[in-house]
Amino acid sequence: MTAESEIGAGAQATMLRVLIPVALALLVGGLILLALGKNPLDYYGYVMQRSLLRWGGLQETLTRMAPLLLIAAGLIVAFRAGIWNLGGDGQFLLAAVTSAALAPVLIGLIPRGLTLVVCMLVGIGVGALWSLIPAMLKARYGVNEIITTLMMSFLGTSLANVLIKLVLRDPDTTVPQTRSLPVEARLPRLFDTTIHCGLVLAVLAVILVHLMMNRTAFGLKLQVLGANRAAAIHAGLRVERLTILAFAVSAGLIGLAGAVEVLGVWGTVRADWNPAFGLLVVPLVFLARFNGYAVIGFTLFFSALMVGGESAARRVGVSQHYVLVLVALLLLFLALVEYLGQSRRKRIAA
Amino acid sequence: MSAQRKLTRMIKDATQSGQSADSPGSGQSAVAALRHVTKRFPGIVALDRVSLEFHAGEIHVLLGENGAGKSTLVSLLAGMQQPDEGEILIGGAPAIIDSPRRSMDLGIGAVFQHILLVPSLTVIENLMLGGSWLRPLARAATLRRFGELSTLLGTRIDPDAPVSGLSLGEQQQVEIMRALWRDEKLLLLDEPTSMLTPQGVADLGRMMRRLKDKGVALILITHKLLEAYEFGDRISVLRLGTLAGEIDPQRLQTMSEAKRTESVIRMMFGVAPGVDAAPEPGHEEELAILLGRKLPRANTVDRNKPATLAVRALATAPDFAETPLREVSFDLWAGEVLGIAGVDGNGQKHLAEVLAGQRSLGQGRIDLAGSDITQGRVPERRQRGVRYVTDDRLGEGTVGAFSVATNLVLKEIGAPPYWRRGITDWELIHSSARETILRNDIRTPSERTPVGKLSGGNIQKVLLARELDAEANVAILNKPTYGLDLHNQRLALDRIVAAAARGVALIVISTDLDELLEISDRIGVMFQGRLAGIVDNGGGAGDKVRRLMTGAAAT
Amino acid sequence: MNALFTEPFLVSLLFGAVTAGLPLLLAGLGEQISEKAGVLNIGLEGMMLFGAYTGFLATYCTGSFWLGFLAGGAGGMAVALIVLLLCIRQGLNQIVIGIALTVGSEGLTSLLHFVQFSRTYPRLPAAPVLALPILSQIPILGKGFFSHHPLVYLSWILVAALTWMFRSTYLGLSLEAAGNKPAALDAAGVDVVRTRSLAVLATGFLAGLGGAYMANVGAGLFVPFMTGGAGVIGIVLAMLARGRPLWVLIGASLFGVSLAMTTALQVAGINVPTDVVQMLPFAVVMLVLVIFARNSMLPPALGVPYVRGER
Repeated sequence: MTAESEIGAGAQATMLRVLIPVALALLVGGLILLALGKNPLDYYGYVMQRSLLRWGGLQETLTRMAPLLLIAAGLIVAFRAGIWNLGGDGQFLLAAVTSAALAPVLIGLIPRGLTLVVCMLVGIGVGALWSLIPAMLKARYGVNEIITTLMMSFLGTSLANVLIKLVLRDPDTTVPQTRSLPVEARLPRLFDTTIHCGLVLAVLAVILVHLMMNRTAFGLKLQVLGANRAAAIHAGLRVERLTILAFAVSAGLIGLAGAVEVLGVWGTVRADWNPAFGLLVVPLVFLARFNGYAVIGFTLFFSALMVGGESAARRVGVSQHYVLVLVALLLLFLALVEYLGQSRRKRIAA
Repeated sequence: MSAQRKLTRMIKDATQSGQSADSPGSGQSAVAALRHVTKRFPGIVALDRVSLEFHAGEIHVLLGENGAGKSTLVSLLAGMQQPDEGEILIGGAPAIIDSPRRSMDLGIGAVFQHILLVPSLTVIENLMLGGSWLRPLARAATLRRFGELSTLLGTRIDPDAPVSGLSLGEQQQVEIMRALWRDEKLLLLDEPTSMLTPQGVADLGRMMRRLKDKGVALILITHKLLEAYEFGDRISVLRLGTLAGEIDPQRLQTMSEAKRTESVIRMMFGVAPGVDAAPEPGHEEELAILLGRKLPRANTVDRNKPATLAVRALATAPDFAETPLREVSFDLWAGEVLGIAGVDGNGQKHLAEVLAGQRSLGQGRIDLAGSDITQGRVPERRQRGVRYVTDDRLGEGTVGAFSVATNLVLKEIGAPPYWRRGITDWELIHSSARETILRNDIRTPSERTPVGKLSGGNIQKVLLARELDAEANVAILNKPTYGLDLHNQRLALDRIVAAAARGVALIVISTDLDELLEISDRIGVMFQGRLAGIVDNGGGAGDKVRRLMTGAAAT
Repeated sequence: MNALFTEPFLVSLLFGAVTAGLPLLLAGLGEQISEKAGVLNIGLEGMMLFGAYTGFLATYCTGSFWLGFLAGGAGGMAVALIVLLLCIRQGLNQIVIGIALTVGSEGLTSLLHFVQFSRTYPRLPAAPVLALPILSQIPILGKGFFSHHPLVYLSWILVAALTWMFRSTYLGLSLEAAGNKPAALDAAGVDVVRTRSLAVLATGFLAGLGGAYMANVGAGLFVPFMTGGAGVIGIVLAMLARGRPLWVLIGASLFGVSLAMTTALQVAGINVPTDVVQMLPFAVVMLVLVIFARNSMLPPALGVPYVRGER
């Protein structure tokens, strides 16, 4: 993971470094479709049509960006601090469930704006809390956080289901879900679109995280921790405290994503609902090399792919989860291109 | 130089008695040879048309500073790299050495500077490494060979001991055994004495003589002049990738000691040997120092004033990596240089970390200018002017991927003037860095260059610039000249001496006794976690220190 | 409450524990081999899942369970091959590639299953059982432990074989060196990349085998995403077992017990919601990690690619 944002060698090179993995992933993905007897151009065509070329679809794409951006912000903080927070799904779901359960209760008691703010804060808190055990295990005993966050993620997903089915269940519905938050009580829309203001919050969050990492003392401390733990100790940084803080901020942002998604779009959480954004955002963050502005661009692209992909899959006759294949290809090609770029630079220096 | 001479005599006695009248190697064809070998790396030419011969029964010393090309030569013979031009001849025939296995097959055994044994396995398991996967372990045969080599080399090591429990000297002996396992004809030793005690060095000398008598061709790589002309039958000097000169066995035996030293030094610094020409510009000082004239060191320590640093009964918790402190007490005055001598691994690392605030004390007390600072950690110590230059420059002292500028402020993150209310003032950081770079002659393309790309000497300059700043009160330096070439060593020592003149109280930990004797006011010796004694620098100090290093009391 | 310790409950529990535990055992043993050699296989789940699919497909088409297991192992090895080429040979980041392979495997198997079977989930016939003579007559234990598909018994032998291999063969020494100090192995003349490649392929085979067993014997069908964290559990088991295969067996068995608990409880007539019971294994792992936090030891060269001669 690179430490400082490098002043890249020419905008052209950076563009290529980014576009080539994307192009390759789309190409190979298309070949797989061909091998299965489907027309890739149809697929990509439907994706574009559905997600970008129609006003309704575009709004959906932009709405989908909100949770993805918040998760990306959370991952940037964690990864740059050298922490593999792979527990996003658990943090997201638990925060979503608690906000979803709390909102309908509060809406009768306090004004809408306050309800929404409180529920979002609760989402942040729940997400951060769910990262506490992995954070302390890592900070104090150096226990590998890949394992602990993944375990907590599974735990969290199951716990969310238990909560929905047994504790927070809406007695009036047949399908287990939390009590629904009426549409008027959800996050306000932007102007006269169907996009809720959570998107603005998300974009702000990403930019703030970017600025924090690059222009504040706290951000630099996290970067030192991520780049060289021994040097962080040597420099007098309080490594345990920083680790727990980084975890909390990261998981808090992911929790906020869960809250925002529920308060803005669904109004309720159904049992066994798990969009599983946690791992999907990982390649986006790497592709953007942890740069906040680039992340926004990539998330738009990815969001379009997801929104369009669902209906494109149906139309072309493939599984919805085909998108996962594209994600994997993206990651693989990204890693390859990065590596080839590095070894090419080494050879040029000769 | 009397202490040096004594050591010289000691080693001479150990090695000379076995030398035969005929100079070894004359008339025999070489066991191995390099012919016009060239090797390039990105940005530098490591070896440039070098031709050398290595004969049986002869210790051929390769002498040179860092960057001279010695390590590259070793890696070529050991199969880690291949030459870009020229050829390597083994037993007269050209050979391609494209892997360590091939190198071993060709009869070359190599012992590198850093121990290459697996710590979690036992000695005998390490020696069995490399067998074909499908065969069962040949323990009995390995033990037998182990016994043979132990007799040959005169060592006494338990084959079933885990390697992590052996001393560095013993580990090196195991490495030598492995290098000679298949009756190798050529033994390469890369800087073998850097971690050894004086006794260990003498043992190594004895071992090399035994092997020489058996007809093994030995290549000894070093940058230490003393070793070169005490162990070597033949000396070749490498300089910036080329062969700067050679002294063959006959000349070596007939030259006087002083003449030998001068020849070698002139070769290392680019002056034609034998001619009384002026050395290259910039090197007059080094030459002068090496030839016996030192920098003056004014003694400005006023011991009538109270001590700046008072340390009592320090003890730390054991740690599987380093020896803990058991009971260390001393006082340190402003303007004083307290040298800490001792074989590596006797508690020096813990001492440095405890004083810097990086490690917590199990017991004991530290007072700085009268107040108790025992409880504080690194930020509190730094605030009071305590500075620490670590020996692990890239592993701990800097973040290799960060720029020089960022590394210069690494220990002040969040503090003014570079940070105000938590916001970073990058402009100021970079402009300050430019000044610091100029003032300290740090060779770097720019202040934004990642520090990991700089040479070792320049990284050390960054560390020294950062730590020996205007607010430094007490500075602990751990092996400040380790791995540096002569020029940068001098610079580092100068900065230390200059800091002392400014009134900074300094603790210099080093395994190089000559260096400590040169700059210290007093020298303490670490032995098994205790401060075995503190000796005033002066006549006879070297002997006293050496005795303390072995654990005996200084009389 | 006295329905709890009756024969049907115990038999169901023990039998279920072995069945549920076997994929974990195989994945854990495989991961142990990799970790010993210094490779961190985050993609273990992907290997298991892909093996589950190829194994299921093979048995579905040929009717042979052994062929299915072989195909499963091959499938796992195919995924491992990518790790070999990209991470071991080229030195790419093992964690990023691991995530990519897991996600990709999930997508690909889901896609392939959909294309072939659309939304149907064809079942396989029950797997053949080899009831060990004499041993399977023991009350409760006999039906619980000794009436399984032969693969189960083979896996117990595997535990013993690996224990012997690690300590008493050249291969074992090489693996240990590759994970502890690869430079030493290189200096001894052994190809580090080759050693690690072998380890990774072995892991892929065992993981794929475990996945195939899960699909063919455990469930009798293939459902996308069916491994549901088994690979991650395998990684945890390997990390906690500190190089000893026996501990992987013990850990996998404990997990198997918690996984089998739901069905067993239902047999006993006690109805505990599935989700609560599903949480059990993960909660147990977290508990173990918290209690034994200080003890999880990893080889120093874990996750670091080896480049000869790099300064």
